[in-house]
Amino acid sequence: MAVLKVHGNPMSTAATRVLACLIEKGLEFEFVMVDMRSGEHKKEPFLSLNPFGQVPAFEDGDLKLFESRAITQYIAHTYADKGTPLVIPGKEMAIVSVWMEVEAQQYDPAASKLLWELAIKSFLGMQTDPAVVEEYEPKLAKVLDVYEARLSQSKYIGGDCFTLADLHHLPTLNYLMRTPVKKLFDARPKVSAWVADISSRPAWCKVLEMTNPK
Amino acid sequence: MASLKLHGLPMSSCTTRVMICLHEKGVEFELVPVDLFTAQHKQPDFLSKNPFGQIPVLEDGDLTIFESRAVTEYVSKKFKDQGTDLIRQDSLEESTLVKIWAEVESQQFNPVINPIIYQFFVAPLQGKSLDQAIIDENLEKLGKVLDVYEEKLGKTKYLAGDFYSLADLHHMPYIFYFMKTPWAHVVNERPKVKAWWEDISSRDAFKKVAEGMKFGDN
Repeated sequence: MAVLKVHGNPMSTAATRVLACLIEKGLEFEFVMVDMRSGEHKKEPFLSLNPFGQVPAFEDGDLKLFESRAITQYIAHTYADKGTPLVIPGKEMAIVSVWMEVEAQQYDPAASKLLWELAIKSFLGMQTDPAVVEEYEPKLAKVLDVYEARLSQSKYIGGDCFTLADLHHLPTLNYLMRTPVKKLFDARPKVSAWVADISSRPAWCKVLEMTNPK
Repeated sequence: MASLKLHGLPMSSCTTRVMICLHEKGVEFELVPVDLFTAQHKQPDFLSKNPFGQIPVLEDGDLTIFESRAVTEYVSKKFKDQGTDLIRQDSLEESTLVKIWAEVESQQFNPVINPIIYQFFVAPLQGKSLDQAIIDENLEKLGKVLDVYEEKLGKTKYLAGDFYSLADLHHMPYIFYFMKTPWAHVVNERPKVKAWWEDISSRDAFKKVAEGMKFGDN
């Protein structure tokens, strides 16, 4: 079997999205560190793996992929019979796809902006822009209101089982729950319970161990 | 009788994304207009279909699907044996490439073209003046994204390979409107991107839908 390789960086939410998927599926892989501080991802040879110069990039034998949500879907379908089922058969998969799109189109734009301002910027010694936080907190709150109603009807975001639709949220949740934005999640009981549930999955805990060596 | 009901509007970019797909697959559907001006999309009846209060929504029997890119994926899978093959499921490599370049549209292209379209077409309708700074910032980003496309389209005829797919289709509504702005040169200056746009916009399925895309016409 070909070696699976993830080219990425432990701080990258997109990279940990892929790691979470691989570990849920119980797949062996090699993590190839990309030195983003020196701009390695903006030069060759990385650009021939991802012409957009972003992590992660993924290799399965001759197949080279980028865009974390394309990679996770590839892994979930190709290795469907291994580990945790992350996609489901039948027309219920259409609903999982809906909520995967919701994560990408409704949740992530606000979540990413907030985690950049409140988590990453301070780590990099940059100043948080309060205007951005003020703009995006209410947007995230509105999305979480929809999630609260959704999670009153179904155990997980895409249906009654844990799927990619839930998994895709884990990396950004991990950052946001360490910032003042945590209050938005704590204020919504179903959302709060869902965050606690998916964040305590052994596979995600392993990702955190891998990416935060003590 | 059409069993598929698409709630949306003929000039809405996200609705047309789905309609192009339905026409490519030769699937009959009923377009059920949603009156945005009376905020029909924010009323409980519509919110029960899409809690985010946005068009389009597809109803297929007891299945209700929203988010245009989830709808096109559903239609492409359900009707895989008719019309244009948009997702290439028979080949692991091709279907994966379609996924990658559909994600590129979603994550790289859409966030930078959307604000330009909004500023030029929508802001004036809301009584706001166009914010040139936002346009300039996003034009620069769009140029960088299209530089990558220019290189890719030098290697393959379409984005995912030498075949038209959902990856190309998803771009069409916003490029159509973008070409009506003063900044169409961003596309026209890139010969491969320009040729790709001319090719895909000449497809019958698109031409049918483009007839209804009258946003911004005088």
